[in-house]
Amino acid sequence: MKQAYKKIPMPVRYAINTLLFAAFLIIGVSLIQSGAISKYFTKVLMLIGINIILAVSLNIATGYLGQLPLGHAGFMAVGAYTAAIFMTRSGLDPSVSFPIGLVLGALSAGIFGILIGIPALRLKGDYLAIITLGFGEIIRVVLLNIDSVLGFKLTYGAASLKSIPKETTFLNTFLCVGIACLLIHTMMKSRHGRAVLSIRENEIAAESCGINITYYKVLGFTASAVFAGLAGALYAGYLGILNPSSFGFMKSIEILVMVVLGGMGSMVGSVLSATVLTAIPELLRAFSEYRMIVYSLLLITVMIFKPSGLMGQYDFSLSRILEKVFNRKPTRDTTNHKAGDKNG
Amino acid sequence: MLEVQNINVFYGNIQAIRDISFSVEDGEIVTLIGANGAGKSTILKSISGLLRSKTGDITFDGKSIKGTAPHKIVAQGLAHVPEGRRVFLQMTVEENLDMGAFTAPRATFEDSIANVYERFPRLKERRRQIAGTLSGGEQQMLAMGRGLMSQPKLMMLDEPSMGLAPILVEQIFDIIQELNRAGTTILLVEQNAQMALSIANRGYVLETGQIVFHAPSSELLTNDAVQKAYLGG
Repeated sequence: MKQAYKKIPMPVRYAINTLLFAAFLIIGVSLIQSGAISKYFTKVLMLIGINIILAVSLNIATGYLGQLPLGHAGFMAVGAYTAAIFMTRSGLDPSVSFPIGLVLGALSAGIFGILIGIPALRLKGDYLAIITLGFGEIIRVVLLNIDSVLGFKLTYGAASLKSIPKETTFLNTFLCVGIACLLIHTMMKSRHGRAVLSIRENEIAAESCGINITYYKVLGFTASAVFAGLAGALYAGYLGILNPSSFGFMKSIEILVMVVLGGMGSMVGSVLSATVLTAIPELLRAFSEYRMIVYSLLLITVMIFKPSGLMGQYDFSLSRILEKVFNRKPTRDTTNHKAGDKNG
Repeated sequence: MLEVQNINVFYGNIQAIRDISFSVEDGEIVTLIGANGAGKSTILKSISGLLRSKTGDITFDGKSIKGTAPHKIVAQGLAHVPEGRRVFLQMTVEENLDMGAFTAPRATFEDSIANVYERFPRLKERRRQIAGTLSGGEQQMLAMGRGLMSQPKLMMLDEPSMGLAPILVEQIFDIIQELNRAGTTILLVEQNAQMALSIANRGYVLETGQIVFHAPSSELLTNDAVQKAYLGG
């Protein structure tokens, strides 16, 4: 006799998560408004949110698709500049143009994802890393020089694109974080997500299962670019000023470090390490000159003791834990039943 | 059912397959045997579209499939169970089977999976287990089950006996025969020539990219030259 394992139905799972997330947002917003969280700390929180989106988006390409792109900052730059140019030029009220800018930023980064993904994903491993690195640099250099070459006043190149409305807040940043995580999670749990995973697991087997690997590679890569663009757009509204130099190669590496440290293929890992790696340099400001040493020591320690990253491929599920708690008592009862059955 | 005409396949400048033609009729078990590097796997890969032939033609069910993308070939009813099993190690058994049904219509899923579980009761027992924790034989069963999920008319098996204990090899070959009786045409590539010829209708013997013999398997089993070269005297 087997006791059925009680499962929490899907709508309830989503409801629990939504409630908890809403509670987090409400507590955060009220703490900020009451002044319990300082302005400086709020800024750090916003930066954490942006970095979380960047890390979970790169995690699609590295963790789930199993590729190693090094041009993530390029997609972020496309999103940031698209949103910033739209907000400064549209003449709409910032409260209207900002959400539109976010969507436009994400979409334009997605288009670049397709354009770059189709040729780049024919390559594998280090070759893909090099070509995406190249594309990332191309985007940065184009943003730097496009004005003088074409005679526009669009990106203002090295002189920086200024006076972007600072519309990014704690609330809208973390709303975007929630949306990004939810979309990526549901995508990866779907059949299409499993197709993406199967490419990581074994490309030849995936192909002989009838999976169109070119399509799914580009799909994963594009999804990754879309959310990077979203993060870029938030970044534009966070800083109020954009300069191509902030989207260099080191930015891509920084994001990659977050993903690798958190564990490739674990969304919770990405969230956690993005939080820690953004917070640590800020928290250690008191020790100014030593903070980069601590940062690098942390990376080395994790890579020595847990090479698969903090979380490995583990993904946290609150519902799964709740299910275990609910199921604990009944299982004890069934052990007696089982013993009885055997005797009988 | 499958007609291969004069294909030539190259890896870079090296020619792996020289002008090979053969055919598989409906309901048959046909085996390709030969030593390491004779080009057996290369032939299967070029049929399933993983490699391209520079010349000739490959027709399946009356339609040319040369140059067609691999995922479209699977959808036409030609499954390839690749060499070395290649299951998705980090997915569960059931998820692996689900990936196999990727091209099949959703409505047939329950039937196909029931069919696979009936043939491989072992997989049903372990359906929630991560595929990487299965034994070699179970992984081979899973690879074959995954191939079956697309409901193929023709199934190409690349060295299903590789690295398995003799008793498991026998089991696997029994299952291949059962599948064939149930109406699936089989193209089998094997190093274990004795086993392969014992269940096949016809056999082709390959040597350095060329077909050197072609005969009903009973003849090949008694042929002196084949005996010496592949069956150990």
